[in-house]
Amino acid sequence: MSERPVSLDRRTFLKAGAAVGGGLVINFALPLALRPALAQPATSSAFAPNAFVRIDPQNVVTLVMPMVEMGQGIYTAMAMLLAEELEVGLDQVRLEHAPPDDVLYGNSILHGQTTGDSASIRAFWVPLRQAGAVARILLIQAAAKQWGVDRNTCRAEHGAVVHTASSRRLAYGDLVNAAAALPVPSLDGVLLKRPEEFSLIGTPAKRLDTPAKVDGRTEFGIDVRLPGLKVAAIAISPVRGGKPRSVNEAAARAVKGVRQVVTIDEAVAVVADHLWAAKKGLKAAAVEWDDGPNASVDSAGIIRQLEEASMQPGVVARNEGDAEKALAGAAQRLDAVYQLPLLAHAAMEPMNCTVHYTKDACDVWVGTQVPTRTQDSVADLTGLPKNAIKIHNHFIGGGFGRRLEHDGTLLAVKIARHVIGPVKVVWSREEDIQHDLYRPYYYDRLSAGLDASGAPVAWTHRVAGSSIFARWMPPVFQNGLDPDAVQVAADPLYTFPNMHVDYVRVESPAIQTAFWRGIGATHNVFVVESFIDELAHAAQKDPLMYRKALMADPRALGVLNLAAEKAGWGKPLPARWGRGISVQLAFGSYLSQVAEVEVMSDGSIRVHRIVCTADCGIVINPDTIAAQVEGGTLFGLTAALYGAITLKNGRVAQGNFHDYRPMRMNEVPVIETHLVKSAESPGGFGEAPTAAVAPAVTNAIFAATGTRIRTLPIDTRLLK
Amino acid sequence: MAFTIKVNGTAHKADVDADTPLLWVLRDVLGMTGTKFGCGVALCGACTVHIDGVPARSCVTRIDAVGDKPITTIEAIGQTPTGKALQKAWLELEVVQCGYCQSGQIMSAAALLAGTPKPSDADIDAAMTGNVCRCGTYQRIRAAIHRATA
Repeated sequence: MSERPVSLDRRTFLKAGAAVGGGLVINFALPLALRPALAQPATSSAFAPNAFVRIDPQNVVTLVMPMVEMGQGIYTAMAMLLAEELEVGLDQVRLEHAPPDDVLYGNSILHGQTTGDSASIRAFWVPLRQAGAVARILLIQAAAKQWGVDRNTCRAEHGAVVHTASSRRLAYGDLVNAAAALPVPSLDGVLLKRPEEFSLIGTPAKRLDTPAKVDGRTEFGIDVRLPGLKVAAIAISPVRGGKPRSVNEAAARAVKGVRQVVTIDEAVAVVADHLWAAKKGLKAAAVEWDDGPNASVDSAGIIRQLEEASMQPGVVARNEGDAEKALAGAAQRLDAVYQLPLLAHAAMEPMNCTVHYTKDACDVWVGTQVPTRTQDSVADLTGLPKNAIKIHNHFIGGGFGRRLEHDGTLLAVKIARHVIGPVKVVWSREEDIQHDLYRPYYYDRLSAGLDASGAPVAWTHRVAGSSIFARWMPPVFQNGLDPDAVQVAADPLYTFPNMHVDYVRVESPAIQTAFWRGIGATHNVFVVESFIDELAHAAQKDPLMYRKALMADPRALGVLNLAAEKAGWGKPLPARWGRGISVQLAFGSYLSQVAEVEVMSDGSIRVHRIVCTADCGIVINPDTIAAQVEGGTLFGLTAALYGAITLKNGRVAQGNFHDYRPMRMNEVPVIETHLVKSAESPGGFGEAPTAAVAPAVTNAIFAATGTRIRTLPIDTRLLK
Repeated sequence: MAFTIKVNGTAHKADVDADTPLLWVLRDVLGMTGTKFGCGVALCGACTVHIDGVPARSCVTRIDAVGDKPITTIEAIGQTPTGKALQKAWLELEVVQCGYCQSGQIMSAAALLAGTPKPSDADIDAAMTGNVCRCGTYQRIRAAIHRATA
């Protein structure tokens, strides 16, 4: 997604005041550039007594979490930012899911209350610490006033204010009402700690969400229980744009436990007392479909369309010098086509949503990365006012971008309008995979020219594929250019004297496309890091040395050099083993990976070891960084090895984990994480490792076999 | 049909068809949501429970096949020394990310340790390969199983 940081120091509006029922509350209001209608109220909005940070008279610190936890550790990291400046222990912080509100809970980078783009820490790094600092200052002032001492003789520690000379001590809870009546200090005068003063940030603090996840207590969206709750199974038209033609409602209703059959435009739902009855009812309903206009779409046709489009000039994303001329005069020319498949998200928690719809209210229980978009869309769909629509957000059992979409909620609302009482719609794994919004298929055409010494004199890169932004956030899709489609491609770490990058938008009516963990970087880091490897080999240079010669950024060189050192770059390996390297700047973080791969005689691949180095600025929780390296890498490696969604007769051909394979315990490599110490502001991290791994592995395959993999997933038949 | 099943030491009645998988009885009839639905066809292990001490995929285990055999779920595995040790190791090594698959992972690991108190990496591969984690926590799961037995 596009990154348009606003200067938080100057543009954050911070308020403090009294909470309902007593206590101190700190609020934010963020200006949201792409939502001008909201920016104005943000500057003048009334104090919201429940928002963001609350400290109550019982000494409980509540952080109302604007971002949703889906495994990335954001609950803990954001609590750490607050606790560091507020001077409380992490064990004193309680977390609550925020209700939808773009002004109070907006992410300034994403212009709304959206969890995505690895942007949460980058967006909240300053304001959350400011909130903690302001609250701390107010509490110290309140204590000093009560004691009649100079506030500079008091300090805050572990949820209390202490008068150093007399050792008098007051818990925050005893001070909150007095603090709430004090004027808020100007943010200009609020000094945040320097990194060397941090006591919590930078430590491997224990996660706050995990104890309830090892004994089954955590309530994910799919676990919602309500009085009178019914459960629905759903069949969505297997071809996009199709409609149910016949439904045997009587047969479905004859199944024990089935209450109701609901047929809507694009789907049939069977509502029952429990999901098995609903599933049996759905089977008995024997739904037949009118497939509509997309019934003849297949993958070959989609790829052909992309290939043809890639022959035509696109919208220019970057132009330096005269790449065509330089190519024509080059001593050596390379041309290549790279292709990346459609991918499903396939999170472990299948799509689900619970809705209670009445004539004047709609309650939605769901795990969502986009609570405000969801609320807006439900309002549009139902005609109800926004304040009648309550979004109860939940922990998500894996997001990976899938829950940036609210299609599942809209379907559930359409069904719930026909149901009296609350209904939980649960998709089967097959529905989840076959009715995803997919990572686009990309067809990339590249050329490069080398001079006699092997140095690149020209680089061209044309991306052909769907635009996610054109659908998801149209203002970002300007003049035909999708910044996500050319992310990294338009701004590689390498300097080329002549360079041309363009984009051709191609859409298929049979599928919708969506963000997938690692977004544009996962596509283009593979392409750029593979093609630069091709250049190195064409120049008969070591791929590491070749990269270094083209890079000036010291942070990029830092991670690259460290990865090479830790991986033992250049040390001999057995036959049909190889090492491959990749380096990237994405989401504000630098990353390099070296993969050590063995290619068996039957072409199958064993990835033995992955060394990952990162410079992501100041680290909030180093253990979370390591966890994201491990998990993000396996997410990308799974896709590189196995991931492909294909269409036949308008239908998605895959349906469950046997034909949309995840990596399993017996296949995983050892993954090592090494961090470069940095004093820069934090970069985003949840998605970066997903992008880095595929080219490291395919470059290693080339080193092992001499075969260049240009299409994902890796076709092992080429490696026999 | 009315069935009586024994879950975590307590008898529960469920009036469902005989072919109803145990998973939906636990989740939708008894309201015990710690056991997760992931694939519905025994491909991912998220629904793993113990029946008479043996790991079973509850999404394909018919209620009429359970009989009076005792069922243990994630909600009660911490009451066994092995389950408790695993949960402790899981937290010490911060295995969990989204957490959705971890009920099944811990149940499979507990079953492994019941039969093989000191498992090798190969034993862990054999016992845990049926449990999918899309967050990619496998490396830490392996380490946590070893730690729980240390």
